[in-house]
Amino acid sequence: MSPDGTKAPAHSAPPPRALPGTGEQRRHVLVAIVNNRPGVLNRVASLMRARSFNIESLAVSHLDDPEISRMTITLRADDVLVEQAAKQLYKVIDVLKVQDVTDEPTVQHELALVKVRATDRTRGELISIVEMYKARVVDMAAEAVIVETTGTESEVDALITLLRGYGIKELVRTGTVVMSRGAQSIEEATRR
Amino acid sequence: MATTNKERAAGPPGARHGTASDAGAAGATPPAPAASAVLAAAGPRHSHVPGAGTAAAEAVEKARREMLHEGTRIRREAAERRGRRARIGADVVVEAILRQGVDVLFGYPGGVILPLYDVLGDHPDLRHVLVRHEQGAAHAADGYARATGKVGVCLATSGPAATNLVTGIANAQLDSVPLVAITGNVPAALLGKDAFQEIDITGITLPMTKHNYLVRDANDLPRVIAEAFYIARTGRPGPVHVDITKDALQQETDAPHPTDEEVAAGLPGFRPTLGGHPRQIRLIAEEVARAKRPIILAGHGVLIAGATEELRLLAERTRIPVAWTLLGIGAMDETHPLAYGYMGMHGWKHVNRAIQAADLIVAVGMRFDDRVTGNVRTYAPYARIVHIDIDPAEIGKNVAVEVPVVGDAKRVLGGLLAVVGEEAEAARAPYLAQLAEWRLESEGASWHGSGAWRDGLLSADFVIAQIGEATSHDATLVADVGQNQMWVARYAGYRRPHSHLSSGGLGTMGYAVPAAMGAALGRPDKSTWAVCGDGGFQMTIQELATLVQDRIPVRIALLDNKKLGMIRQWQEIVYSGNYHSSDMFGPDYLKLADAYGFPAWKVRNPEEVRPAIEAANAVDGPSLVWFEIAEEQNVLPMMPAGKGLSDLIETWGGVDE
Repeated sequence: MSPDGTKAPAHSAPPPRALPGTGEQRRHVLVAIVNNRPGVLNRVASLMRARSFNIESLAVSHLDDPEISRMTITLRADDVLVEQAAKQLYKVIDVLKVQDVTDEPTVQHELALVKVRATDRTRGELISIVEMYKARVVDMAAEAVIVETTGTESEVDALITLLRGYGIKELVRTGTVVMSRGAQSIEEATRR
Repeated sequence: MATTNKERAAGPPGARHGTASDAGAAGATPPAPAASAVLAAAGPRHSHVPGAGTAAAEAVEKARREMLHEGTRIRREAAERRGRRARIGADVVVEAILRQGVDVLFGYPGGVILPLYDVLGDHPDLRHVLVRHEQGAAHAADGYARATGKVGVCLATSGPAATNLVTGIANAQLDSVPLVAITGNVPAALLGKDAFQEIDITGITLPMTKHNYLVRDANDLPRVIAEAFYIARTGRPGPVHVDITKDALQQETDAPHPTDEEVAAGLPGFRPTLGGHPRQIRLIAEEVARAKRPIILAGHGVLIAGATEELRLLAERTRIPVAWTLLGIGAMDETHPLAYGYMGMHGWKHVNRAIQAADLIVAVGMRFDDRVTGNVRTYAPYARIVHIDIDPAEIGKNVAVEVPVVGDAKRVLGGLLAVVGEEAEAARAPYLAQLAEWRLESEGASWHGSGAWRDGLLSADFVIAQIGEATSHDATLVADVGQNQMWVARYAGYRRPHSHLSSGGLGTMGYAVPAAMGAALGRPDKSTWAVCGDGGFQMTIQELATLVQDRIPVRIALLDNKKLGMIRQWQEIVYSGNYHSSDMFGPDYLKLADAYGFPAWKVRNPEEVRPAIEAANAVDGPSLVWFEIAEEQNVLPMMPAGKGLSDLIETWGGVDE
């Protein structure tokens, strides 16, 4: 490079320009507040698909205000990609607010219903496991019970692993829902 | 110079010929009617373009005036007709469009949109242009929007008509063009029943529009149409699609139209950031003050925001040269001393070289598309990047940037002008001298001033430069896609914003003629040229009939190399000369123009180029110049896909192109 810097640098191989993002994948949780209108879920899902974001779980429900809904989206991607996903979500007219709560103190729970094979011989054992995990039996039939549990993803995973030994006939999980700890409220922030 | 059909048939091949237009060029008689006079003389052929002075011509002229609704009688009668019947959904749509200041819409009728066509005549202030294919309607609305900055509107029925619009909507989406596309759909009770001409069109347009609506209740129409226009033009513009069921169009309603404030208040999820953050703007000024080899990259956003004046002032004050993207052409008068040139895959070598050597890039309203950067890893390796864009999602999407600024280009550049320091002439002189040297070298290497290429046929760059000169660089030039598009971008010489229209993001062949149709109606004060290759021209050739029927003054420059030129070029350079499916038959375009009833010229020699352009430019109505250009000329330099801006191919086959 010339001393005053105005001339072009001599042709030495410069370091490659960094691509956006680190490439380090981790689990992210996004909360989106959206208008409760037909097709909004389709808009969000279509956008995530078109831009190749892989959704791990998605939970949708309406809020205290029936005009708006809340989506909890978990996805595995690098931080910059998730920021890009959030910016793209913001461009959807029906999306009112998006927040990445991955690094915030939160309560993250999901609910699972597990229909487990149960005989007269195993039922007592099952119930004690269920009690130990602070889950409960919500239905009992001659050959099966339905276990309901709530907790973090890994707590639910742990119980399911144990129940697998008895024979799982049916399993349903809601996907994670999340709420920030403390007094702050994403809903109130949306209304402002 | 004037010849009849018979004389032309017997004449030497390649002789320039005119139908009626030669007389028109001389100013004797209006050329378009004369064109059909020639046709009439040639034999018993029926033409829908009546001869001059005949009763039929007068009737058509009268009908045209009435269609343009210049008469108060028509307005009064229309108002009376509206007064005699109830206001229905279709009326609401038209009223809402008129409230937006739109004066023309492009459309095609069909089953479920007919209720709207049934009331169009009762709203004489809105002109309807009947296209020949719905894709043409979408492109025409796109061209109208780009040329005027207003929202373009297109209209189609359900099913196949709606899917025909899709290409045009996608084109507008990728180039941020404000467009409102309105389609009809089957009555609400039949939705989802696979009724005749029913398709889930909102499902199809969802990922390629800024927003879309399905309306089943006429009472929603005033709000929805107003929102559609507001969303289309506000922030980063884009297309909005409104699908309306037939029963909603027919439903009686007295729903009032909302005010702009009510519309904005009803869209809490749509609040684009316009003013850049003052702290970020101060950071730009600091970067600019430190930089030794800065360059400004101007994109479409500068034109959309109307920030060309701010751009020029910034360049002059900081003495930073300006390069532009394909859609940024016209952001800077190309004769300005700091206007440096067109960048990217087929950009000028000196421009790409300056970007690769720069220590600061100030990118305004552009999105670091792969056609601009090539391999991102080797892009501008010494540069810090300032990125100004109204869409936050564009920042950090393709390249990591040092100074992100979200905002409207006009507001941000305006704010920057208030804080940026003036650069001393002497301090910048060595850098600008180096750039000037590179420019001299690169422009000298890629110019065929003689007009003929090595095979003796016309050199396309010469033809484009002649079109630019002959129209005093003031015409609106609409490019198609392929080699012609790159020649138009490089050689015409632009002086005025919005004088260059091109399908950038989607690269839609067949764009030029229909888009020029919209541009010509939007800017009747400027001459409008559609520059196409023979491939793209044949893709939307049906719109010639629209040009004739509405006598829209579009001049078509057909660059005919009897090839899909860019495909051939890639096959030559990248696929070792495996020329599959790039040879292309075309019709006799003079006969074609005759069949449609407008004048055309055929040009093979350099000295015929200028007179033909001037003659075509003088026609009242459409005209065509058929340039037989070199068959194997390449657009060079060229950056092969996946390579970087430093890896340009400058010559091929040992001969300078």
